[in-house]
Amino acid sequence: MTSQFKIATFYLYRMRQSWTTYLKELLEIVHYFYFAPAYHLILEGILILWIIRLLFSKTYKLHETYKLTEKEKEDLIEEWQPDPLVPPVSKDHPSLSYDVVTGHKITINGKECINFASFNFLGLLDNERVKQKALASLKKYGVGTCGPRGFYGTFDVHLELESRLAKFMKTEEAIIYSYGFATIASAIPAYSKRGDIIFVDEAACFSIQKGLQASRSFIKYFKHNDMEDLERMLKEQELEDQKNPRKARVTRKFIVVEGLYINTADICPLPELVTLKYKYKVRIFLEESMSFGVLGEHGRGVTEHFGVNIDDIDLISANMENAVASIGGFCCGRSFVIDHQRLSGQGYCFSASLPPMLAAAAIEALNIMEEDPEIFTVLRGKCKHVHKALQGIPGLKLVGVQSAPALHLQLERSSGSRDSDMQLLRTIVEYCLERRVALTLARYLEKEERFLPSPSIRVVVTVEQTEEDVHNAVSCIQEAASAVLK
Amino acid sequence: LERKGRLEIATLPTGPWGPSLYKKPFEESFEETPLLVAVLTYMGYGILTIFGYLRDFLRHWSIEKCQVAREKEEQKDFVPLYQDFENFYTRNLYMRIRDNWNRPICSVPGAKMDLVESVSHDFNWTFEHTGRVVKDVINMGSYNYLGFAENNGACADAAIEATEKYGVGVASSRCEMGNLDIHEELERLVARFLGVESSMAFGMGFATNSMNIPALTGKGCLILSDELNHASLVLGARLAGSTIRVFKHNNMQSLEKLLRDAIAHGQPRTHRPWKKILIVVEGIYSMEGSIVRLPEVVALKKRYKAYLYLDEAHSIGALGPNGRGVVDYFGLDPKDVDIMMGTFTKSFGAAGGYIGGKKELIDYLRCHSHSALYAISMSPPVAQQIISSMKSIMGEDGTTLGRQLSENTTYFRRKLREMGFIIYGNDDSPVVPMMLYMPAKIGAFGREMLKRNIGTVVVGFPATPIIESRARFCVSAAHTREMLDTALEATDEVGDLLQLKYSRREQPLPSLGWMAEESLLQD
Repeated sequence: MTSQFKIATFYLYRMRQSWTTYLKELLEIVHYFYFAPAYHLILEGILILWIIRLLFSKTYKLHETYKLTEKEKEDLIEEWQPDPLVPPVSKDHPSLSYDVVTGHKITINGKECINFASFNFLGLLDNERVKQKALASLKKYGVGTCGPRGFYGTFDVHLELESRLAKFMKTEEAIIYSYGFATIASAIPAYSKRGDIIFVDEAACFSIQKGLQASRSFIKYFKHNDMEDLERMLKEQELEDQKNPRKARVTRKFIVVEGLYINTADICPLPELVTLKYKYKVRIFLEESMSFGVLGEHGRGVTEHFGVNIDDIDLISANMENAVASIGGFCCGRSFVIDHQRLSGQGYCFSASLPPMLAAAAIEALNIMEEDPEIFTVLRGKCKHVHKALQGIPGLKLVGVQSAPALHLQLERSSGSRDSDMQLLRTIVEYCLERRVALTLARYLEKEERFLPSPSIRVVVTVEQTEEDVHNAVSCIQEAASAVLK
Repeated sequence: LERKGRLEIATLPTGPWGPSLYKKPFEESFEETPLLVAVLTYMGYGILTIFGYLRDFLRHWSIEKCQVAREKEEQKDFVPLYQDFENFYTRNLYMRIRDNWNRPICSVPGAKMDLVESVSHDFNWTFEHTGRVVKDVINMGSYNYLGFAENNGACADAAIEATEKYGVGVASSRCEMGNLDIHEELERLVARFLGVESSMAFGMGFATNSMNIPALTGKGCLILSDELNHASLVLGARLAGSTIRVFKHNNMQSLEKLLRDAIAHGQPRTHRPWKKILIVVEGIYSMEGSIVRLPEVVALKKRYKAYLYLDEAHSIGALGPNGRGVVDYFGLDPKDVDIMMGTFTKSFGAAGGYIGGKKELIDYLRCHSHSALYAISMSPPVAQQIISSMKSIMGEDGTTLGRQLSENTTYFRRKLREMGFIIYGNDDSPVVPMMLYMPAKIGAFGREMLKRNIGTVVVGFPATPIIESRARFCVSAAHTREMLDTALEATDEVGDLLQLKYSRREQPLPSLGWMAEESLLQD
């Protein structure tokens, strides 16, 4: 075809010569076309018709297959009514009437009570040494840091705290955050991105859930502390990987567990998790907010409790707001893992750093923990004592293991509706408050939690409570339970 | 060459909403990048990338010693934790000029600070402290707009008292056992300061955004957010699960078009009407130095029945004749802004954030905010610092502080512009971004300024677009005229040394009467 075309054009060029040759050559072209094979002509004809159609048809838009006129738009805009910004909140919602607590002699609404509700496990909230160190720091640095870590917000106190934490936990490096909630919620999305897979325990706390949501990975929940369920899910994932090895080579897998669960007050089975880790090649992120400074011979947490090598855990995250009685949180682990958060941890890079006086208070708390490891044995003894004492309260069942310092008291028989359960428990709490024992209900966001725990009263054991205090509290709860739950 | 530049002066309204919305001229400028500079910048990054690949190659084949931290031996056959390419920028570009960031300080972050001297013997892979302290470095990097970063004075004394009374930690959330009377006092004071019905305070500014936007919107709502919003606003909007649409930075036509289309067409695919529309803007954008066009945004919000979320992290205390932020600066009514959010880190010398608004809003947040239920409440000495600094702003000293800051800002900006640097942003914003463009100049500028005893902040990719790297000065009310002059002299010197005076605009006329005496100064 092309040769014929070339010939035709050649002839057309030569048409400039003269009229007669023009006509003669035109006739020759027609002659050539006449003798061309039929399929050529048909195909080319169809092609030309198609091009003409495309040139003149309207462009096809995938969306907005209709257009609104300006008047229709104006009418719609006039008609549209938004919902109110916030739905109305009923006046007797429990959060609206706070107990106002003044000072640390746990004065609630003017009445001095024994505190069984704040996570003050080592009693460091009103420790004089901690306060003095914080004051010294305040007199040197002022209160705020006026900047994020990257822009003149790194103080020598922060660097000291980071190296002290790393030394205490026997890891290579530690990184500090200025808010406990933001620690694990920034750490998880720094490593796990869209397309990665995370296996989480069902009873994970809210900050872990927010971290998971921010990471946009595939989340798979396994039953609480159930290693068989987890192994089953890991096996399924392994089969999937074998089907698609290319994708599996770039999909990272993580297990996120808590050392001591805040919602169920029990401990995760760490040695089994480590065996699963090496068998199925998943990394472990351990959240130790409740177990740091509580479990283990020297307070190093659940790894010391089980005797697991700390290098086997990829990332340990904890907040300094429970045992350490300061504000903030930290992550520790190998430099390979932790250093990444210095540029990609959102709560680290885009937020102001921890006020230096709070960091100084945390350093002093660490000093106290290191100087006197006996304090952990004392705490463990008290936990055991309280655990035994709270068994056998009629109408209430105790949830939690012996070594957990923050226990839950749930109703033995639920009345069927969560609201009425909460109301019953609240009456018990108020009864105890009257008798100078400060307890609190464990509070959750009902609509946002994935696996909402049952209503319960939170009982916290601290090193400062005496046997008499515990005895008073337990008898108070017993009285309240028998009075309210007839 | 024809002079190009975007100089926007808006004294007249840009919409059919009646007489002038702006009570004084609104001058912002973002001068366009000169073409030659842009080309050279791209070339610079190209050369760095080539060398980066070369170095990676050498490291891979162990010709060069690899100092990057490595995975554990037992875990070598795990899926790699980081994609090699993700860290290319960090390994090869950021590492070379890493000494400009994370500089440790060992004094109050006030107008002058002391830096811990640290040197690196292996090209920034590790640092060691020499033990010496670089004293009296002029601090042009900390967010200390009103000068409350101090360790003596009334605020510090009050904080000392609060520490002695309450201790440092709280160990419980607001809903459980962590609600102290000092928190309630703080919230009442913040509400009075802002001119709103009620307010609530949180322990971290970043977390205020990321935990409260999900409580306010959800599926079926629309969030219209500015292009250059902070990471906390973006994270909050993502966690909320609403549809997010982005409008061009400070561009009211883009915002109006999005609003009209959204209401007219409804939710994507189902076309059901939106439940709520939330416009999220910031008071001052810290990377650009621009101020939001609040009168126009408020007019738009009223016209289209949307809700407005204003993040005043940098502008509270720093703008306005009474220091009440961007609402005060434009002379608007605080009740027009539905949700006024801000942080206490910048102008109050403390830490934390707040949200102010109508009583129903705050009551709802007390019950449903993630922070009130799960996060530990604010530390008492920090709360006390905010109370005392806020009372100081509201009291007799308030007006002097504000004026000092705006005087410093105007002087500093005018001088820099006269020297010929390209400065972005609004003439009244205390955040002054100065363009550097080329990657090598980022490191050079930071180091040269430190040699002259001035601490500056330089920012590059990914916080800014790749060719628009900049140095950011934060003017403070604590800076005296001498300090500013020293800083300006040093900037002038370094600017000549590194050829940073890119501006091709004609010099602006000298301003108002009370500054006439400055024309006698050097330069």
